[in-house]
Amino acid sequence: MTVTMSGPLPDEVYDVVVVGAGVVGTAIARELARYPLRTALVEASGDVGDGTSKANTAILHTGFDAVPGSLEARLVREGRDRLAAYAEECGIPVEPIGALLVAWDEEQLAALPALARKAARNGYRRTRTVAADELRGREPHLGSGASGALEVPGESIICPWTTTLAYATQAVRSGVDLHLNCPVTGVSESSARSPRLLTTGRGTLRARWLVNAAGLYADEFDRLLGHTDFSVTPRRGQLIVFDKLARALVSHILLPVPTALGKGVLVSPTVYGNVMLGPTAEDLDDKRATGSTAEGLAFLREKGRRIVPELLDEEVTAVYAGLRAATEHDDYAIRSHPEQRYVTVGGIRSTGLTASMAIAAHVVELLTEAGAKVGTARDLLPVTMPNLGEAYPRPYQRADLIGADPEYGAIVCHCERVSRGEIRDALAADIPPSSPEGLRRRTRALGGRCQGFYCGAAVRALLDASGADAWSSSRTEAAR
Amino acid sequence: MSGELSSSTPDSTPGSPPSAGAASGPVPPPVPGRRERAVDVLVVGAGPAGLALSSRLAASGISVEVVDREDEPGGVPRHCLHSGFGLRDLRRPLTGPAYARHWADTAVRAGAVLRTGVTVTGWGDGPPADPPAVDVTSPAGLERITARSVVLATGARERPRGARLVPGTRPAGVFTTGELQRTVHLHHRPVGRRAVVVGAESVSYSAVRTLRDAGVEVVAMVTELPYHQASPATALDARLRHGVPLLVGARVSELVGRGRVSGVALRQLDGRATTVACDTVVFTGDWIPDHELARRGGITLDRASRGPSVDGSFRTDRAGVFAVGNLLHAVEPASTAAREGLLAAEPVLRRLAGGPCPSAWIPVQVEEPLLWVAPSRLDPADPRVATGGFVLRTEGRLGPWSSLVVRRDGRVLHRQRLVRGAVPGRTVRLSAAWTAKVRAGMTAAVRDPDGGPVRISVER
Repeated sequence: MTVTMSGPLPDEVYDVVVVGAGVVGTAIARELARYPLRTALVEASGDVGDGTSKANTAILHTGFDAVPGSLEARLVREGRDRLAAYAEECGIPVEPIGALLVAWDEEQLAALPALARKAARNGYRRTRTVAADELRGREPHLGSGASGALEVPGESIICPWTTTLAYATQAVRSGVDLHLNCPVTGVSESSARSPRLLTTGRGTLRARWLVNAAGLYADEFDRLLGHTDFSVTPRRGQLIVFDKLARALVSHILLPVPTALGKGVLVSPTVYGNVMLGPTAEDLDDKRATGSTAEGLAFLREKGRRIVPELLDEEVTAVYAGLRAATEHDDYAIRSHPEQRYVTVGGIRSTGLTASMAIAAHVVELLTEAGAKVGTARDLLPVTMPNLGEAYPRPYQRADLIGADPEYGAIVCHCERVSRGEIRDALAADIPPSSPEGLRRRTRALGGRCQGFYCGAAVRALLDASGADAWSSSRTEAAR
Repeated sequence: MSGELSSSTPDSTPGSPPSAGAASGPVPPPVPGRRERAVDVLVVGAGPAGLALSSRLAASGISVEVVDREDEPGGVPRHCLHSGFGLRDLRRPLTGPAYARHWADTAVRAGAVLRTGVTVTGWGDGPPADPPAVDVTSPAGLERITARSVVLATGARERPRGARLVPGTRPAGVFTTGELQRTVHLHHRPVGRRAVVVGAESVSYSAVRTLRDAGVEVVAMVTELPYHQASPATALDARLRHGVPLLVGARVSELVGRGRVSGVALRQLDGRATTVACDTVVFTGDWIPDHELARRGGITLDRASRGPSVDGSFRTDRAGVFAVGNLLHAVEPASTAAREGLLAAEPVLRRLAGGPCPSAWIPVQVEEPLLWVAPSRLDPADPRVATGGFVLRTEGRLGPWSSLVVRRDGRVLHRQRLVRGAVPGRTVRLSAAWTAKVRAGMTAAVRDPDGGPVRISVER
């Protein structure tokens, strides 16, 4: 098993190099791990899932509102079923709470039947119209003026962090090399005989086949190979996360009726027991503009006040912003370039989490069609991920676990009830965190209402004592 | 007075059920691996309030267990290394940690069972049970503790950056005073080089002191108000002796920086904007009670203070559940919290002796610019206020010679002059000498359902 953070890269020729370890890149690496191939997953950041994948609305979609007939519609539909099954296998938290598309006026109410028909064209036939009375009964804290809703019972909430980590963990355990802090800056010409040379921040890497899963930077990477099919316009989504004490206010994912201006602002529970309000949709030029703005937060609060007025009385736990990799196209930009032995996976928007496993399978098909000899697939050894979800027992609630190891009863992060045992496990995991944020995505530590008032210093001390910095050199085990 | 219930310490037989008198109604089947225990009084939170209360109850022969989720007892004073603790109540200057130790030692010497590293995770199943029961997690496993009385003393914390809706990036180097002090004094870890302190109240100056101890230069203190809200001596000392500039009438409009914070953008009330370069930002004050357990237990909170609404005897509206300390009023000095703990013992003992539980209270409310008052209700049958007074906060400055006026149904019950005025973020006190008048008029008011709340307003 090989995970590296710094130092020279292995002097070997990889069959496939996947660039970008977000939810899509890790899913592709995991899919490739099923084949007898030497695969490397390289990532510019110090952690997997550290870009767009870490800051999204965390919904496992049905794809009911996709553009019928599009590649996105198909991959979301297929990906949903695959990920739902995978989540159950690995212990990724999922709650099938269903969504309500709430109509706030006659015009929106009149638009619901068309949305139901569109859902049917996307193969989703379980939508149902909910009258105002029933809606009020099911969501009693909804603001006044809700005139009805379209119920989409198959919509679920999921933990995006665990999903990416599960893919990456299973990939590296199955033989994929993961190279972090490894931005790819140049790509040599390829020929049928000699592998391509990738210039990275950590030296060169040799690859026979190349997959671009660089997310926000997928267009720039594409240009290194001479393609100008699409350009990525970062679309910022700001989100407000409310305190867990607000969770009782909302039972479903409350979606707005989509308009020409976009999908709009939603209110949704999270698998961690919070309530989320967002996102904004702001087209920007700067791919690093992950800051929140006063205007954005004011806009969300105004929207939220209409949807669930009482939500605004609750404490805010965190505010964050993510960037979606939007392009000028209405669909995913997944392209195969057989002559270059190269597949690019661009324009994967917020549905990418749901579609990730189907995208991965699609990419391997494209590689095969392009002539890559991938061999015969095998089943991977299953992975079991630590549970971060509220719908399942957490270690602090488990007498059996604490009885066997009292560290699971030693709570360090009080707001999120994260034990020293869980932090220890995360620090010793195959892909350990390199920052407090990475630890938060693996354990929820520091993610709660106090944001470190009580445990910040203690958690950072544990992180540093683990030698997260010293670790950076390399962790290679011969046992493979 | 001795406890009727068995006092089971953590070392007692696992799985021992609560004694017969402990639970009214059917006893739920035990959860595998969870120990069922019973005590007379369970105190949640081993800060000054919880420890002081435990010491006094234990001295009365009650079986009292005080639990804290932290590994060490003492609460917030534990990481306040400066002196000045204990002057009011113990008549000698102590550092925060020494003050914390004093109360922990006092409680243990009196016979209280003090357990740390023990988290109360919620209330026992079912509707609000009397007597109440809580679930706890510790390295020793899971327990359900039934108590004839539960006292919440869970304290308060500062709102972090997110809760204040400060826009910008999410860089490292952003602290609250609590996290800063723990980092410096408990974990002895580096902080940064140049800090901006947001806030100019008493705790903000503590943050400045901690930063100085850690070798961090404080480049500015920032407050939205046109003046600081600390004692004049403290503010003068920081400004003149230590050269810390105070920017008044300015708020943080954005945090700047990737990875590490590189500055704060400030906007002044007149619209001018400026950016101060720094690698550390400390958000101070803006306290909120740690009320999770109270809320999860269905206890009514005061809307404004966000602490449990209690009467003069520290009783919440849930039978058998009391609340003391800075959970009620975020925040007052440690000595105030400890004094409350001592004074809460008698009402708790009355409850154990079978004293009545009120079924209706008279609300005590404030009018603008007052923000909140604690306690915020009175028991019409026994309107005593154990501490002898109310604590209030104001949203706007009250000039010298302003008066607090207490009215009920239009009748003035009390008038009290604030000789030195008041500023936001600092304590305003109101005597409780008038509360007996509420009882006097009560016979009529009980019959008269329109007997309204007590209202406190300001006359300038």
